[in-house]
Amino acid sequence: MTDAVLTTDELAVTYTGNREVEALKGVSLEFPENQLTAIIGPSGCGKSTLLKSLNRLHEIQPNVDIAGNVVLGDQSIYNTDEPTPELRKRIGYVPQTPTALPLSIYENVAYGLKIHGEYDSKAELDDQVEHYLRKVNLWDEVEDRLETPGAELSTGQIQRLCLARSLAVEPEVLLCDEVTSALDPISAEQVEATLEELKAEYTIVMVTHSMDQAKRLADTVVFLYLGELVETNDTQSFFENPQHERTQEFVKGHTAVEYADTESESDANAGEPVAPNR
Amino acid sequence: MSESIESTESNTKRSRIGRRLRIERLSSYWLGGAGYFAIALFVLIVLTLLYQSAPLLSEYSIVQMLTSSNWDPAQNEFGFMPAIVGTIYVTVLSMAMGTPIAIFAAIYIAEYAEGRAKTLIGSFIDVLAAIPSVIFGLVALIVVVPFVGDYLAPAVGSSATGLGIFTVSLVMAIVVTPFMISLSVESLEALPDELRESSLGVGATKWETIRIVLLRAAGPGIFSAILLGFGRVFGATIVPAMLIGGQTQLPDSPFATGQTLPTLIVNDFGELMSLPLTQSALIFVGLMLVVVVWLFNFGAMLVRSRLQRRWQY
Repeated sequence: MTDAVLTTDELAVTYTGNREVEALKGVSLEFPENQLTAIIGPSGCGKSTLLKSLNRLHEIQPNVDIAGNVVLGDQSIYNTDEPTPELRKRIGYVPQTPTALPLSIYENVAYGLKIHGEYDSKAELDDQVEHYLRKVNLWDEVEDRLETPGAELSTGQIQRLCLARSLAVEPEVLLCDEVTSALDPISAEQVEATLEELKAEYTIVMVTHSMDQAKRLADTVVFLYLGELVETNDTQSFFENPQHERTQEFVKGHTAVEYADTESESDANAGEPVAPNR
Repeated sequence: MSESIESTESNTKRSRIGRRLRIERLSSYWLGGAGYFAIALFVLIVLTLLYQSAPLLSEYSIVQMLTSSNWDPAQNEFGFMPAIVGTIYVTVLSMAMGTPIAIFAAIYIAEYAEGRAKTLIGSFIDVLAAIPSVIFGLVALIVVVPFVGDYLAPAVGSSATGLGIFTVSLVMAIVVTPFMISLSVESLEALPDELRESSLGVGATKWETIRIVLLRAAGPGIFSAILLGFGRVFGATIVPAMLIGGQTQLPDSPFATGQTLPTLIVNDFGELMSLPLTQSALIFVGLMLVVVVWLFNFGAMLVRSRLQRRWQY
């Protein structure tokens, strides 16, 4: 096991809107370097909340209280003088819905580089854009139309474009929020293949609702339930030898969903908090 | 016996579905009728205006009337130039004052304001937008007119009573700005949060996100808001009629009194209606207003749909 680059220490998130919802109740985790960690659990269990609180992205919503700590390397991201944009550059984020910025394909990838001024010449920028588009296996599909709007690509291509845009600022950690859930099976496969290649070089934390995807891609699996950490283990042990009753039920229940009907899914959903209004 | 019951049942069923389908067909007729009525109304208005303008157009040359600055209906002099210049003056000045404020305020409300401040400011802007413009005209007569006449105009070396083009522009900017803010806030708030997250997620600041991403994505909506504001200033009647001074001459400064196309109509219609040519001239003014506003709406629609296709938001 490699060293952890990102750790959480009793991280708790509470939505304090009309109704108070404890979305995350003191979660301590370690995300190992250059591995892919999958966060799974029933919907509304706090997966996305956990992910967003790792780079303070939840702060764009009002009425969120946070306690505990997140440490990147040896630096807390909450008790720090480092400006939030710098932190977010080091911990990138790819949202669930494939989202092209209202810019050309080229500018979508160059976006972060330009903002941080991390290039010396147009030629260098061109090289960087090509490099990252190749990295996400998109270059061959777009090299002759870099100036067209990113939004004209298919959703699967846009999702890979998002990966390229996030990777271009060389984050130490990449957060992916259900990045394949909005895609058709073939596009999802392509994005998965890309992630598969990327995980050797980057520390990736991925939220997924698909247990099969976690099985296929993840080195480590984290199981959340109702805002609490139930179990975390390397992928093989997690699925073959789940330690907690809840995990056993969830893994088993999921299998039942796959082969039978939605009965066990409604069990899994029983009593879970409704996602707070955004 | 049982057969006959069944057949009665199926008969009722059949007549029931028959009735439902009849209502279905009818509803599509009368709903469609309501829709086409809007088109018919527009055509009817334009035709009426055209028909009523004909007497004037048959006697005088359009180009000559549009470029002449002599407006004296009693002498059959119909120069529209002063009113046209006045209208352009007011529209450009109002939009120049209102648009930047509208966009900045919309950004503040949609992206920066939180909690109670947001609700408070938002609802006050809606209240402002709902105040009848005659109230703005009245308040302006008491407050803005003396201010412009006694302080602002002398300060820039111009003498004025306070009534005039600048005053109208200022008040019209105040009238349409809340309206443009409301619509711009709506289009900013309709953007998916993923856009903000994507941009912030690579380390952009909030302002960079707004400037490069959000304003562009909300562009079509904000653009429409501005054009709707433009249309309202262009066609504004009551505020200019109260504050412009009503002198039909080419304005020589922003503080000069003047006339806009709508004030030309309201100022002269009552007394000069008995003169057929004058009536025709005023109706021709109406025709110009309709045509220009329609052209602008049409152009706005084209630009908007092109922008939307390009960025798909």
